[in-house]
Amino acid sequence: MTTNRSIRVTVNGQEYQREVEVRMTLADFLRESLDLTGTHLGCEHGVCGACTVLLNGEAVRSCLMLAVQTDGASIETVEGLAPDGELTSLQLAFQQNHALQCGFCTPGLLMTATAFLRETPNPTEEQIKDAISGNICRCTGYHSIIQAIKDVSQS
Amino acid sequence: MTQNYIGAPITRKEDARFLTGRATYLDDIKRPGMLHAAILRSPHAHARIISIDTKEALSMPGVSAVITYNDLPASIQPIPVRIFNLPGLERCLQYPLAGDKVRYTGDPVAVVVAENRYIAEDALEVIAVDYEPLPAVADVREGLKDDVVLHDEAGTNLTGSTTLNVGDVDQAFSNAEYTRKEEFHTHRHTGNPLETRGLVAEYDAGTGQLSVWGPTKVPHFNRNILSNQLDMDRENIHFFEPDVGGGFGIRGEFYPEDFLVPFAAIRVGKPVKWVEDRMEHLMAANHSREVRCQVEIAAKKDGTLLGIRADIYGDMGAYVRTHGCVVPALTAGMLTGPYRIPSYRANINCVMTNKTGTGTYRGPGLYEGAFIRERMLDLVAADLGIDPAQLRLNNLVRPDEMPYTVGLTRIDGKETVFDSGNYPSAFNQALAKLDYQALKSQPRKASDGRYHGVGISSYVEPTGFGPYEGARITLTEGGIVKVYLGITTLGQGHETVMAQICADGLGVPMDSIQIFHGSTDYLPESVGTFGSRVTVMAGSAITMAAGALRAKILETSAAYLDTEPAQLELRAGQVYSKVSAGGPVLDLARVVQLAQEGNQTVPGEPGLEATEYFRIEEWTYSYGTHAAHVAVDAETGLIEILHYVVAEDVGRCINPLLTHGQSVGGAAQGIGGTILEELVYDSGGQLLAGTFMDYLLPTSRDIPPIDSIILEEAPSPLNPLGAKGAGEGAILATGATLANAVSDALADFGVNVTELPLSPDNIKRWIRESHP
Repeated sequence: MTTNRSIRVTVNGQEYQREVEVRMTLADFLRESLDLTGTHLGCEHGVCGACTVLLNGEAVRSCLMLAVQTDGASIETVEGLAPDGELTSLQLAFQQNHALQCGFCTPGLLMTATAFLRETPNPTEEQIKDAISGNICRCTGYHSIIQAIKDVSQS
Repeated sequence: MTQNYIGAPITRKEDARFLTGRATYLDDIKRPGMLHAAILRSPHAHARIISIDTKEALSMPGVSAVITYNDLPASIQPIPVRIFNLPGLERCLQYPLAGDKVRYTGDPVAVVVAENRYIAEDALEVIAVDYEPLPAVADVREGLKDDVVLHDEAGTNLTGSTTLNVGDVDQAFSNAEYTRKEEFHTHRHTGNPLETRGLVAEYDAGTGQLSVWGPTKVPHFNRNILSNQLDMDRENIHFFEPDVGGGFGIRGEFYPEDFLVPFAAIRVGKPVKWVEDRMEHLMAANHSREVRCQVEIAAKKDGTLLGIRADIYGDMGAYVRTHGCVVPALTAGMLTGPYRIPSYRANINCVMTNKTGTGTYRGPGLYEGAFIRERMLDLVAADLGIDPAQLRLNNLVRPDEMPYTVGLTRIDGKETVFDSGNYPSAFNQALAKLDYQALKSQPRKASDGRYHGVGISSYVEPTGFGPYEGARITLTEGGIVKVYLGITTLGQGHETVMAQICADGLGVPMDSIQIFHGSTDYLPESVGTFGSRVTVMAGSAITMAAGALRAKILETSAAYLDTEPAQLELRAGQVYSKVSAGGPVLDLARVVQLAQEGNQTVPGEPGLEATEYFRIEEWTYSYGTHAAHVAVDAETGLIEILHYVVAEDVGRCINPLLTHGQSVGGAAQGIGGTILEELVYDSGGQLLAGTFMDYLLPTSRDIPPIDSIILEEAPSPLNPLGAKGAGEGAILATGATLANAVSDALADFGVNVTELPLSPDNIKRWIRESHP
C-alpha cells in the first residue's frame, strides 16, 4: 500500500538523491534518511515550531510537509548555519543572552529568526514577537530570545 | 588571590552543541538493527477488557512482536511509589500494561515492535480489543461517592488519608474574633516539556548487560525498579542520559513504558526505541496541580492570624504513580506559607478518578497551596479593612525568629523548620519594584476602559532535599579535571554551574573542567534531579570532593618538592609556594604524571581522584514574593499583565545569568499555566485537550514584562555553599498572584476568584455570576 519515489534535494548546499516512501514527512526524511537530527519534533501537528526549516528560503514546518513535496527544492537546516563550527552572530547572541535552556526549540527558533532577519534586518520588538510567535519555548519565557534577535539585528 | 567563578554571570559551556544541531536527544540515538515500538492505548476512561486479538498485527510485514498483559512475566509487580507514600496507596498502583481493566483514556494495552515507527503505528490500528465500557468518574466529588470504584481491591476511591496537626486549632477557632470559610480548586495542567518522553533499550545476551538510554531525572531509582521488575542484578543495568528537552518534574519518573521498552528489547533481541507523540504525552505522562480544598481561617480583628483548618482532596487520576500523594501532601505541608500561624490542621485525602495519573509539576503542591492561602489573605484583608500588603507584613515570619519551627507538617513525621530568611525584605523589594503603593491609589477603572488590579503573594519553598548526593572528581592527563555526578540535567545549565563550583573549590580555570552526569555507571548511588536540589546537594558534594582532591594534589606536589603541603597552594590550575613569591612551582599536568603508577611520588593508590557524598536530612527553604499589575477587559474577559515582578532569595546565587533565566522562564511558565492551560475532561473521562490546538501553551505574544530580583540575603546555614536552590520559586506563586490581581481588578463586580484558570470564559462567567 505504500509506494516509493525518488527525490532530489539540496540540503545545506549539498545535493542528495534518495528513494523515499511517499508518506514520509520532511522532518523524518531529514532526521532518518539524511541523519540531520538537529531538526526536532515537538508536536508533529504544526503548532510548536521546533521542526522549522527553510524551504527555498521560507520558514516551514517540516512535520507538516512530505519529503516528496520538496523534490527539487533547496533546504536549510540548523546544521547549515555554522558549517565550519564557528558560531554565527545569531547563535552567539543566543548564547550571550542565555536564550536557550534545554535547547530543544532552539534549532527551530534559529531557522525562523534567520528567515525573518533576511527579510527584516532592522525589526521592532513587536515585529520580533510576531515573527517568533509560532515557535514555542517552554524554558526561557522568550525575553532573552527577543533580546538576542534584537542584538544581532542592531549589530 | 582567590578565584570568583561563583557569582559570575558566565555564559553556558553547553550552548555550542545546542546551537549547532549537534546535541544528542533521545530520538537522535540510533543503534545497529534498532526496532521501533508504539503503544496501543485505551480509548475508554473505564472499561473491562474482554479480549485482545493481535493476530493480524503480528502477521504484518515488518512487525516483530506484539506484547499484551498476558506476555508479561508472571512475577510482574506494579510500579512502586518513590516518595510521599501513604498506607493504602499501594492498592492503586499501575502495572506496565492493563490486565482486566483500563482506567483512563491512554492506559497502555499493548506494545508493537516493528521495523519503523510508521509500520508500528499501522499495526496498532489492526489490534482488535473488545472492551465492555464501564461508568467513569472524572471529578473528586463524584469519586468520593464510591458509586463507581476504580480499584476493586481497594473497595473505595478514597485510597489514602492522613492529618497534619500544629497547635490547638479548634481552640483557636472557638476564641477567634474573625473566621472565614471558602472552597478553592486548582485546575489540572502539567509541564509539557517540548521534547516528549522516549527510551532506547539494548540487551547484550552474551554478557547479560542491559543498556537504557532515556531522559531520566532519577536514573538510579529507575534502575532499581527495573532490576526488580526484570529480576536482573542492578549492576547489569546501565542507564545513560542523553541531552534532554526539558523536564519540569514530569519527565523521568518510572512510567509503564520504562518497563515495556527494555522488556521488549530483551524479548526481540534487538535494540528498541520508543518515542511518544504529543497526544500520547498529553494523555499518558503525569498530570498535576488538581486539588480541591475547603479551608477556614481564624484571625484577630487587627489581622493577626490565629489558625487554618483545611480539607484537601488530591485528584490522583486512575493510578497512584511514583510520586504518591506529593501534590496534596505538599499543598497541605506548606499551606501556612511564610507566615506566623500558630495553629493548623489539614486533612489530606487522595481520591482516584478515571483520568491520567498525577505527579509533580515544577513547584508541586506549592502553586496550589499559595493560591489557596494568598486568596484567603486577600479576603481577610478586605473583610477587616486592612491593606493586603500590611496584613502580610504583620504576619510574615521575622528574621529574628529564624530558624523558625512551623511544626509537624511533613508527612514523614519530621518538623518543618525554616533555616534562614528575611521574608519582609524580599516582600518590600518586590512591592517597590512594582510601585505597589502608587498603583493601589489609582482608580480600578482606567481611562483605557479596562479594570486594573494589583496582586501580591509570598511563598516559602522546601528545596535541597536530601538525604545525599555525590561527586567524583578526577585529575587527568594534561591537567584536565573530570567531574562525575549522579544527577541528571534537563536544560538548567548544570554543566556550567557545577563547573563554576568545582573551579572555585579546586583552584583551577573553568575551561579545564568537564562535567559528566546522568549515567548510573558514574556513581553507584544518586538521588537525582528534582525539587531545586542539585545546586544545594551536588554543588555541596563537589565543594567537598574538590577540597579532598586539592589536598591530595598538594600532598603529591609537596612530596615531590620536598616540602609540606601547608606550604603550597593551588590557584588558576598551578601550584604555588606560599612562602616564596614568584611564579608557579608546578602545573597540574606535571602533578598528574607524578601521581601515575610507576612514577608515584606519594605512597598509596596511584592517580588523583576524590569522591565525596554530601548528606543532610534537613531541607533548605527558599522564599520570595510575587507582585503583578493586570488590566481586565470586562467585555471579553481577556487579561493583560502589564508588569510582573518576582523577588526570590536563593541563598547563594552561583550564576546570575542562569538564575534570572530560571526566574523569568518559571514565571512565564506559571503565567501560561494560570491563564491558558488546562487538561479538560468531559464528565465521562474523555480528555478534550489532546493537542496543542486545545492545550494552549504561552507564546512570545503572551509573556508580559517580567522583572526578576535575585536575592542572597539569607544564605542557608545547612550546606557549605549557603545555597537554597532556584528554579521553582518563580512559578509557584503565579496562580495566587494573578488570581489576586484579577479579583482586585474586578472587586467592583464582587468577583472572588476561587478557581483557575483565569481564562476569558471563566472571567466572563464570574462577572456574570457575581453581577447579574
